[in-house]
Amino acid sequence: MTYIFQQSLNALQLGSIYALIALGYTMVYGILTMINFAHGDLFMVGAFFCFLLAVYFHLSFVPVLLLSMLGVACLGVIIERLAYKPLRNAPRVSAIITALGVGLFLENFTLALSPYPKHIPPLLENTTWTFGTLSISSLQIIIIVLSLVLMLILDFIVQRTKAGMAMRAISWDKTIVPLMGVSVDKIISLTFAIGTGLGGAAGVMYGLAYPVIDPYMGIMVGWKAFICAVIGGIGNVRGAMIGGFILGAVEIMVGAFFPSTYRDFVAFTLLLILLIVRPYGILGKPQPQKV
Amino acid sequence: MSKLSAAYYTLLTRWQTLTGNKYFWPVFMIAGLLFCIAASTFEFLDLYLQLILIYVGINIILTVSLNLINGYMGEFSVGHAGFMAIGAYVASLLTVHVFPPGDQNVLFPLAILAGGIGAALVGFLVAIPSFKTRGDYLAIVTLAFCMIVKSVLENIDAVGGPRGLLGMEKLTTLPWVFFWTALSVWVIRNLVYSNFGRGVLSIREDEIASDLMSVNTRQVKIIAFVVSSFFAGIAGGLFAHALQFINPRMFDILKSTDILIMVYLGGIASIAGSIIGAVVYTILLEILRPLGVWRMVLMPLMLVLLMIYRPRGIMGMKEIRLFMPLRDLVTEKLWRRKKKEAPDVSA
Repeated sequence: MTYIFQQSLNALQLGSIYALIALGYTMVYGILTMINFAHGDLFMVGAFFCFLLAVYFHLSFVPVLLLSMLGVACLGVIIERLAYKPLRNAPRVSAIITALGVGLFLENFTLALSPYPKHIPPLLENTTWTFGTLSISSLQIIIIVLSLVLMLILDFIVQRTKAGMAMRAISWDKTIVPLMGVSVDKIISLTFAIGTGLGGAAGVMYGLAYPVIDPYMGIMVGWKAFICAVIGGIGNVRGAMIGGFILGAVEIMVGAFFPSTYRDFVAFTLLLILLIVRPYGILGKPQPQKV
Repeated sequence: MSKLSAAYYTLLTRWQTLTGNKYFWPVFMIAGLLFCIAASTFEFLDLYLQLILIYVGINIILTVSLNLINGYMGEFSVGHAGFMAIGAYVASLLTVHVFPPGDQNVLFPLAILAGGIGAALVGFLVAIPSFKTRGDYLAIVTLAFCMIVKSVLENIDAVGGPRGLLGMEKLTTLPWVFFWTALSVWVIRNLVYSNFGRGVLSIREDEIASDLMSVNTRQVKIIAFVVSSFFAGIAGGLFAHALQFINPRMFDILKSTDILIMVYLGGIASIAGSIIGAVVYTILLEILRPLGVWRMVLMPLMLVLLMIYRPRGIMGMKEIRLFMPLRDLVTEKLWRRKKKEAPDVSA
């Protein structure tokens, strides 16, 4: 029993990181119907920012987190302006390929600058409370609570503020919204900033939870987060959160009860089954095809 | 009618002068094959150059076959490396464990063929979800498929698990690569311009409309996936016997990304584009090798710039005349002329 509880805690930790990254995918998709495949690598850049700030500037946790989020958000907006904006009217696939190219560029650029895996120093004092056989570390609690808070803030922004309303409106209809006096470019940049900023935050937390980072860490995590976004119904913010927790739970539970090499196999098979049962994700609505 | 026949006539003469005559392709093929045989027996090309040419050939097979799904059918498949893995493992298991060691050279095409058939069978399975799901969701299905293949291979100890498989002889030679490359280009080019190819194109343009026009979309999708994965399997078999070592990590999502980049670099829905894309990408990577790690920084940058200034790739949706049947040339010519005479206001 305590074993299961312990594993669910791990699942929550992994799931909240996945959910934070999946949010970036789903927000960009909702507004541009474009899959930003560079997002996983922005997550990696977030972890490397965390390493830089912690090792060379000796900052504590909160400034590291905020500065990394800011840095990654700026990078996201720059990428959007330079690489994606010229392609807004191009065929969808060329935007996707550009995103893949940007991702490869970020990976290899980081690799060229730092060829060896880096170790992030512990930024937080990690105390572990033990109840019988159950052990809870403060780091886990911080990661879970922090990502929940970030998600709540995001949900508030999207559902309650004017900018969020504009985002939802753009994802609804891109041609009418500019007529209503909404600056589409600004809103798209804002979406990129928020989405990639969350990815940066996820990078910092991932770096704290699993301290060895390397330039290629973003690929697998990024694709998995993309899968989370699809499980939840891509374009749907709450769906991305649910998808993240589901995939985190599945991965940890498979690792807990089967040999861990089966983790990917079971996780992806479940994904296939889910997509066959609900082809548009859990919260996604099937788009009627017009003739 | 007279206009059409006149256009037909001018095109016919130009076509014949352009491609020489009807002997152009056979002569080209035989010359190419002879060149490859000579190059590999007399070794006037050094082994490094031969290896690059082998990779170019394998990449052409992969790119042309992926273009059938991603370019002509308009789906977004990211699991091509998975099919390649199946072909590579089936072919290598056959040559390492099943076939007697003496007759390897004779049985090699059989092994490659078996690899292709194995991949095609799996391609049949992957085609089934594509009946209902499209676009990004189909991309996920193929992505998951690619990862499942890798994960399964890592968990089967009989094929070496994560350590990989070795013991293959170096059976992939330049003539064989030339043969399979020519075969795949020929088959896919003929498929695309056949009746079936019209069905594939109509699925890209509008699936519901093509269904209404009595295109059997399910059948078309299955055939497209099977043919595409068959050639991916063949490329995998050739790849395994060129490198003489395979492990599951070679066929992960990065390999798929590589193939995707070649397809979109060359341009979708274009046989010539696929060939150009594969050749340019493979050779550029080799030329830039002195730059070390920085070539991997430069390459994506060039790709992004190309996409910004030429979003459809080098040859997007265009075809050089060499690959087009005369009938299509005439239709295109007539259509262009019509458009010039009476420009469509709404367009």
